[in-house]
Formats: sequence, structure tokens, C-alpha cells
Amino acid sequence: MIYHLRWMWQWILGEVFSRPGRLIAMLFFLTLFILPVFTTTPSTLRFLILAAIYAIFAASWDLLAVTGQVSLGQALFFGSAGYTAALINIHFGFPIWVTVPLGGLSAVFIGLIAGMPALRLRGFYLALVTLAFPVIFTGIIFIFPEFFGGEMGLIGIDRISKNRVIVYYTVVLVMMVSGFIMWKLSDASSKIIRTGIIFHAIREDEIAARLAGINTIRYKLLAYAISAFFAGIAGGLYIHFMRIAGPSSLTVFFSFQVLLWAIFGGKGTIYGAIAGVYILFPMTEYIMIYEWGENFRHIIMSLILIFTLLFMPEGISVWILDKLGIICRRCKVVNFANRKNCRACRAPLHLENQK
Amino acid sequence: MLERILINGLVISGTYAVLAVGFSLIFGVAKIFNMAHTVLYMAASYIIFFSLNSLGIHYVFASALAILLTIIFGILCYKFLFDRVKVHETAVMIISISVAIICQELVLMTLDGSYRGVPSFIVGSKELMGVSVLYQHMFVVLGCIITLIGLWILLTKTFLGKAIRAVAQDQEIANLMGIDVSRVCLIAMGISAGLAAIAAVLSAPLEPLYPAMWLQPLILILAAVVLGGLGSIKGSVYGALILGFTETIVITVIPGGSFLRGAVSLLAMVIVLIFRPEGLFGVVFEEETL
Repeated sequence: MIYHLRWMWQWILGEVFSRPGRLIAMLFFLTLFILPVFTTTPSTLRFLILAAIYAIFAASWDLLAVTGQVSLGQALFFGSAGYTAALINIHFGFPIWVTVPLGGLSAVFIGLIAGMPALRLRGFYLALVTLAFPVIFTGIIFIFPEFFGGEMGLIGIDRISKNRVIVYYTVVLVMMVSGFIMWKLSDASSKIIRTGIIFHAIREDEIAARLAGINTIRYKLLAYAISAFFAGIAGGLYIHFMRIAGPSSLTVFFSFQVLLWAIFGGKGTIYGAIAGVYILFPMTEYIMIYEWGENFRHIIMSLILIFTLLFMPEGISVWILDKLGIICRRCKVVNFANRKNCRACRAPLHLENQK
Repeated sequence: MLERILINGLVISGTYAVLAVGFSLIFGVAKIFNMAHTVLYMAASYIIFFSLNSLGIHYVFASALAILLTIIFGILCYKFLFDRVKVHETAVMIISISVAIICQELVLMTLDGSYRGVPSFIVGSKELMGVSVLYQHMFVVLGCIITLIGLWILLTKTFLGKAIRAVAQDQEIANLMGIDVSRVCLIAMGISAGLAAIAAVLSAPLEPLYPAMWLQPLILILAAVVLGGLGSIKGSVYGALILGFTETIVITVIPGGSFLRGAVSLLAMVIVLIFRPEGLFGVVFEEETL
């Protein structure tokens, strides 16, 4: 027993505490779990819940960006899944653990339809076509105002739970699980799951990937489906939390918002998108506390974005991890930047500094 | 009905064409995806509004002031923001969206969010083949045609135009040929901002001014540029014509069509792109087809 415990401890020491990225991730999730112990004010919980939902959404955008497909219309999946979940919930009265996955599946269906043009288009053409879909869907909603609720949206949706703390833990757990799944699916260095390295290969050079025997069409559609599913989960959670499904979740501005978060955090890294949301979104809400905040919050946010991207164009998480960690040149193991020798092979890390 | 569609379609697509050509120019030359392009248009409209109402100067001087200030603003944006992160295209996109949001909020703070209008440059109308046409509409269509022809002459007949086209084709080779690439990019940005300002001067009396007025034309010109083929000036004009007329037909023919104006024209764009993935006039490289 004690042997096993010690072995576990050694494993955590080696795999988590000596890698800056994983240490930060662990501390972050621990903080999220402990937070309701210290504060349970409704406003704090409210923006933490929203941040978790948006984190799933931003991460789903990022998963698509891993394959090199920049989507300007990610709100399509969020909004359509929200509408589906709301309609199922209102008309059939199914509980939340049925409606949210069904919403996700409907988003997958819509994502596969929207992904069809993606097979022939690339780069900016693709981005612009994806931008078109949410606008078209909004048009459909306005054609059938009785069914979709028109401009006011659908109301009378069940809440997740009466207790805010339970809602918080549900959403954070969903966020952690889906974030982990997405990160694992897009992790190029994973030895078990191949999708990560295939997605990266498609982004770097699609023709070379085809030469290597990869069915790029199937994998691009797969990326679309996964991304749409998680965006749909976020959309379903969102309508159950806000208890209204309206066209505001389909606007072009909302699609841009997810780009702002994900690229601020770091494009193509799932953790970057989550970090981006958790840095930017609470900041926006925090500024709102002050009287002047209401007017200035978008300006301050935009200025922060501009200056961050001017100095770290790859995104904040990539920049921080670059500063904190250093890769050993001999054995390719990640080390803290303040170490002199590699922790695995003892090779000196800072060669140029010794001169 | 038909003549209304023709006139309104020409007016709308003329404005879109001037905007889309400016966007296409800066994308083709400097490879910058400038989401703040229609913000320049909005800024010019508001400058005209201010100088007419607060300064009380004549419309011609107000227009000149608007064009000048917009060009300066565009060049400053390019020099201090876009040029530095040119390599990372998504970063450029985000920074330009941020610039757009800042401008929108500044307008929202100085004025409130209400709709405002600029008085017509010339009032009155004329009978033209049995239809009364507002002078303002004729002014817009003529202005757009003159602007586009002027741009075409600039790009094809002058030395500067040759340099711009060379940079658009291949930056490195243009650099080897002794062209100052960064200066040409800067000039292209100036021309692009100037075109946005001209579009504002022409159509400011016809469109209501409000802080979010940049979003709707932005989507339409992006669609027009992609429809015509990225980086192709001729394609942008045709794309703007197609989308402008689609939008006008939807608004006039279908009852309650103003909700659908964006949806139908974007649907048209998607359908065209499914059959011609490189746009109408885009260039496709054989080794890149899948």
C-alpha cells in the first residue's frame, strides 16, 4: 500500500511537478474546485459558470484551428444546438442530460452539412463560407417566428439545478472532461491516439498528408464533427443556464468573440483557448463592477488584446510556456527554465549563457 | 418595380464595389485581412457628419477632410499595428477586429447609439426614361464608376501601379527588382483607406449612421471579395454587383425581406463557391487542387 502511494507520488513528481504546463493546469483545476468554498455570491458563480461554458466553446473552435481550418461561424453550432435543446426540452420535457447531448448531435449533423464545402475550400475562402452559415440560419429563424420564437427567442426552459453551486460543479466538470478529450485528440505527441498528429499534418501540408496515405477528407470531416459536438454541448449548457434561446447566440459578433478568446490564449493549443477565456472573460466582468466600467470595458479589452498580440503574436499561453519551460536538446524532455541541467539526462541546458 | 430594382441595385452595389475593391487591394498587396476596412468607412461617415453639424463647413470641404483624415488613420493603423504582426495572419485579424470595436465604442460614447443622418449633397430628381431618379442616386453611381476607372488607370498605366501589381504577385522578387516593398504596402493601405472614405462620401446621405454600421457591409464585402476571387480587383467588382443586386431583389420582391437580405446573398455566395472554389476570377494553382 505504502509502496503504491510512494510510487504514485514519484509519478506525480515526475509527470506533473517538473513540467510547468501541467503544474499550472493542475493548480488551475484545483482552484476551480476549491473556489465555491470561499465565495458563493451569485454574481461570482454566474460569471464562473459562463466562463466554463465559453471555455468549452473556445476550445471547440481551437480544435478546428488545429487542422488549419479557421472558422468564422462557430456560433452556428452553438446556436443551433441551443435551439435544438430548447425545442426538445419545451415540447417533450426531456431532462437536461438528454437534451444537451441531443443538441450536440444535432450540431454534428449541421456541422457535417456545413463541412461539405470545406472539402473543396481552404484558407480565407473557407473562413468566409463558414461566416455565411450562421447568417443563413438566422434568416431561417426569422422565416418561422412561431416555431423558433422569432426575435424574442424561446423561453420556459428548465434550469440545470436550483442550487447554483451544483450548477457550477456540473458545468466545470463537463468543461474539464471535454477540454481533456479535445486536448488529447489534438495532442500531436500522443502515442495512443493518432488523430492529433494527423490533424497537425493536415494543417502543415495537406498534399503531403495525402501522400502519406491519410484520408484527409475523412479527417477534416471528423474534426468538423468533434468541434461541432463540443460547441453544441456548450450551446446546450448555455441555454439551460440562461433559460432563453434567442438569435443573439448566432450573431457574427459572437463568432468573432470566440476568435478573440482563442487567439489571445494561443491558436492551435486547446489549453490556450481555455486560458484565454479564463483570463479575458472574468476581466471583462470585473471591470463592470466600477461605474465607469460599463462604457469602457470593450475599449479596455480591445487595448489589452492589441498590446498582447503585438508583443506575443502566438498567444499568451504559448509565450508563458516558452518562458517557463526549456526543452533539453539531448533527450527532448521539458524542464523548468531555471534549472541548470536536464532532469532526465543531466545535460547542461543553457549552453549559450556559459560563455 | 424593375426600374426601382435597377436603380437601387446599382446604388448599393456601387458602394459595395468601391469598398470591396479597397479591401481586395490591401489583401492582395500586403496580405492583410483587414477586418477594420468598413470601420474606415464608418469613420469617414462620422467625420462628414461632425464637420457638417459642428464645424458648419461646406459639403465639399467636409468630404475632403474626411478622406484626408481617414487615409491618415488607415496608414497609422497599418504602420503601428498590422505591419508588426504581418506574419501571423490570425493575429492581424484579431487586431483589426479590436480596432473596429474600439472605434465603435468611441462613437457610442461621444454620441449615443441613436440613428443619425447626413443631408443630401444635391437635392431634387430628374425624369429619366419615364422614371424619376434622385440626383443623389445618380451622383453615387457616377462617383463609383469614376472612382473605379481612376483606380484602374492608376493600377495599369502608371509606374506606381506597376509596382503595386508586382508586389501583389511576388513580394520577394519585387524586392529584388528594387521596389521598396514596405513603402508600396503603405501606399496601398493609403489608397485602400481612401477608397473606403470615398464610398462613405458617396453613400453617407443614403445610409443611416449608427455605431454598429460597420458589421453589415463588412460581411457583404467579404462575401463579394471571396465570390470574385481573393486578390482580383475585377472579381471584387463583379462580386459586389452580384451581391448588391441579389440583396435589392430580395428586399423589393419578398415581403419582410429586409430580415433575409444578408442570408440570401450569402447563400448565393456559398452556392457559387461550391461549384467554383477559387471564386469567379480567382487563380488556382494546379498543384494545390485536391
